[in-house]
Amino acid sequence: METSVENSGVTRSDLPLRVITSTPGAIAKAQSRVRRSFRQIRTENVFRQTLTIMGLLMVILVLGILLTLIVQSMPSIKALGAKYLWGKTWDPVQDVYGALPFLLGTLASSFLALIISIPFSLAVAIFLGEYFPNGWIPDFLKNTVELIAAVPSVIYGFWGLAVLVPIVRTFETHIGVSAIGQGIFTSSLILAVMVIPYAASLGRSMIQMVPSQLKEAAYGLGATRWEVIRRVVLPYTRSGLFAGILLSLGRALGETMAVTMVIGNTSLMPTNIFAPGNTMASVIANEFTEADKPVYLSALIELGLVLFLVTVVINVIGKKIIDRVTND
Amino acid sequence: MESTIIKSRNFNASFGTNHVVKNVNIDIPRNKVIAVMGPSGCGKTTYLRCINRMHELIAGATCSGEMTINGENIYQMHPIFVRLKIGMVFQRPNPFPNLSIYDNVIAGYKLNGIKLPKAERDRVVESSLTRVALWNEVKDSLTKKGSFLSGGQQQRLCIARAVAMEPEVLLFDEPTSALDPISTSTVEELFHELKTNYTLIIVTHNMQQAARVSDKTAFFYLGELVEYDETKIMFTNPKDSRTQNYITGRFS
Amino acid sequence: MEIGSVKYRIGKSYGFKALVTVFAFACVVPLLFILFFIVRQGITKINWHFLVNVPKPVGEPGGGIINALVGSIEIIFFSALIAIPIGIMAGIYLSENRRGRLAYWCRLCVDILQGVPSIVIGIVAYFWIVKPEFTIHIGFLRLHKSAGFSAISGSIALAIMMLPIVIRSTEETLKLLPSSLQEAAFALGVPYHRVIFKVIIPVGIGGILSGVMLSIARITGETAPLLFTAFGNPYLSYNIGKPMQSLPLLIFNYATSPYDDWKNLAWGASLILLMWVLLLNISTKLITRKWKVQL
Repeated sequence: METSVENSGVTRSDLPLRVITSTPGAIAKAQSRVRRSFRQIRTENVFRQTLTIMGLLMVILVLGILLTLIVQSMPSIKALGAKYLWGKTWDPVQDVYGALPFLLGTLASSFLALIISIPFSLAVAIFLGEYFPNGWIPDFLKNTVELIAAVPSVIYGFWGLAVLVPIVRTFETHIGVSAIGQGIFTSSLILAVMVIPYAASLGRSMIQMVPSQLKEAAYGLGATRWEVIRRVVLPYTRSGLFAGILLSLGRALGETMAVTMVIGNTSLMPTNIFAPGNTMASVIANEFTEADKPVYLSALIELGLVLFLVTVVINVIGKKIIDRVTND
Repeated sequence: MESTIIKSRNFNASFGTNHVVKNVNIDIPRNKVIAVMGPSGCGKTTYLRCINRMHELIAGATCSGEMTINGENIYQMHPIFVRLKIGMVFQRPNPFPNLSIYDNVIAGYKLNGIKLPKAERDRVVESSLTRVALWNEVKDSLTKKGSFLSGGQQQRLCIARAVAMEPEVLLFDEPTSALDPISTSTVEELFHELKTNYTLIIVTHNMQQAARVSDKTAFFYLGELVEYDETKIMFTNPKDSRTQNYITGRFS
Repeated sequence: MEIGSVKYRIGKSYGFKALVTVFAFACVVPLLFILFFIVRQGITKINWHFLVNVPKPVGEPGGGIINALVGSIEIIFFSALIAIPIGIMAGIYLSENRRGRLAYWCRLCVDILQGVPSIVIGIVAYFWIVKPEFTIHIGFLRLHKSAGFSAISGSIALAIMMLPIVIRSTEETLKLLPSSLQEAAFALGVPYHRVIFKVIIPVGIGGILSGVMLSIARITGETAPLLFTAFGNPYLSYNIGKPMQSLPLLIFNYATSPYDDWKNLAWGASLILLMWVLLLNISTKLITRKWKVQL
């Protein structure tokens, strides 16, 4: 046996057989190859463990967020209990905390925004998914709609403040409501624009997924395009479109900056949709740094907790529906 | 040197509860071409992938029994060592799309971080490509990426890549099933050349190919090794009726 | 079926198509309007002076936004530093583990994280980093962390927002790669970490990169998470342990102020922010097209 090989600490069986009968250069190469492999085994294990830790980190992050919100809202939960959620007055100076104005403001602005935006999102989805899936005009439309989602919300807010508010104020004067300009209605308008891309892009994918055999069967029976859309495509994609709307809703509920800038920041119960108000997100943004009492701060955090839970539930339901639809 | 290079005793393999390779006992002789044939789902590919420990990369895959190379237990060595000795060529040619032809041949060294001097690298590339009869066709395009090569050439590139690592055994998993007839015959000619330096184990569902290229043939059926003998005997005078039925086309 | 009613149905179909087209392109109108308006308002405010000075106190004309420009860049840089390695590795983890309990919960948490309102993340970052105050004794050294707003807390909040985007796009890109690529590398005796770094990631780099750029584009315009973390700073500062200004924060604060000088600064800043974000989005699209996975 080749003694140089035995003395190197690398055992016989680790070397490819033919090397033993070849040049010293080739032996050295094989030995270094094997030694390197030993080192790499340890790195391999460390790497696998690091990957798993990163996966775990995400779970810890989300749990951490939930935990922090709960812990920081505790003072307010203990002091105020459930009455907090339907209290109509928010007066930190007097230590009265009722969240109903903000719940109402959030729901009103978000649902109004949805109602306004759905026809437009649906139109984009049908246009791109059914009528014109290819070509440069649809590409232009698709990219522009995606750009709507890319514009930062402060810019929407600033534009809303400078352009939309005066317009709404004039409109309000015409219809005889108090003409402030800022209010729930204005914020719904801006939210509606901001939220269009979410339902539109999901809706488009859903509509494109409708199997052509289904549509062809209807055409074969003499249906017009509109009838195929109405009676085949839309019913088929009903859950997917609903998931898109849920996603848009989730986005609207959590939107802070654009809303804060145009909603008027009043903590009174809104009397109609033109009244100024606040959403959960906007009141947190405005009053967080000014909350001087522990209960005040934790009352705001409790709003954050509610916001977190609601948006999480809506988003998870939406994603689950999408998973179910795409895996059928 | 012993004449048997790879030995299996009571070897079993499963995917979870699905037992696909049952109690295989086989001796693979050195420097010969062994064909492994059988109908779809008979466990031949799974068995092949157990030899170089690719089977265990799938979640839930398990195996048991003895599998040795040169007397040493494959399952007690680290998989990386096993794969340095036992190379594999896959059904669909899979050269690395982001590497040039030159880099693809020495990919085994490059990816392992083994730095060879340039002269050595060039020697390895030229000798590997020559061994698969590809050198003359690509020697002027070594720096280009391999996407312009035909299917047969890409597969030969993959064989060159495996050969460059100087393994002792080469495993082929249906290597020509994705190739046209002309490329298939070019690759089959290679088997004859390659066996002077390596031991070849080829899984194939093409009986005629098994008859053409191999010295010994193993027939798998429903996970069991039914018969294993000299190719000539297997195809003219098989001992088991199941082998007889398969060869005559009663099932495929 | 009478010809008349068929004609009616066909007419209705065309009418619907026209309606859909009108509504679809109507979406473009507000966007173009906003772009046009911001450009018009902002273009007159931007000059060299604007770009290199800090804002002047109320009442004094002039001033600039350099503190916000530098601040945005610095905050984003640190966010990316934190989020990119973690995000890519978590994305690799998910693409390598299609099934499995941890992978399921991890995927769920990434989806949850994507939907968390940005202000909630700001709140959490406040309690995790801004508020805690502690001292670490290591031998002779006394390291003290005091409570207070800081750029790094803002970076961490933004990094949390970047993670879901980077993770998803990494996972989706790597899932598209055929398993034969990995198998070929494993069969050559390559260890796992080298298979990932030298084969899988290089081939999928286009998708991963576009995910990174998209996430950066997203956080460039975010304000809410910075409200109680980076907080803003009227002066130019490079210190990540102290409050720092950023473009969106400046826009928010100055746009809602009653002072015209400050509002002008906000218009100029809006234009710059808008251009920055649009540029990032467009380059992302170009990169995705150029580096599409060729197999």
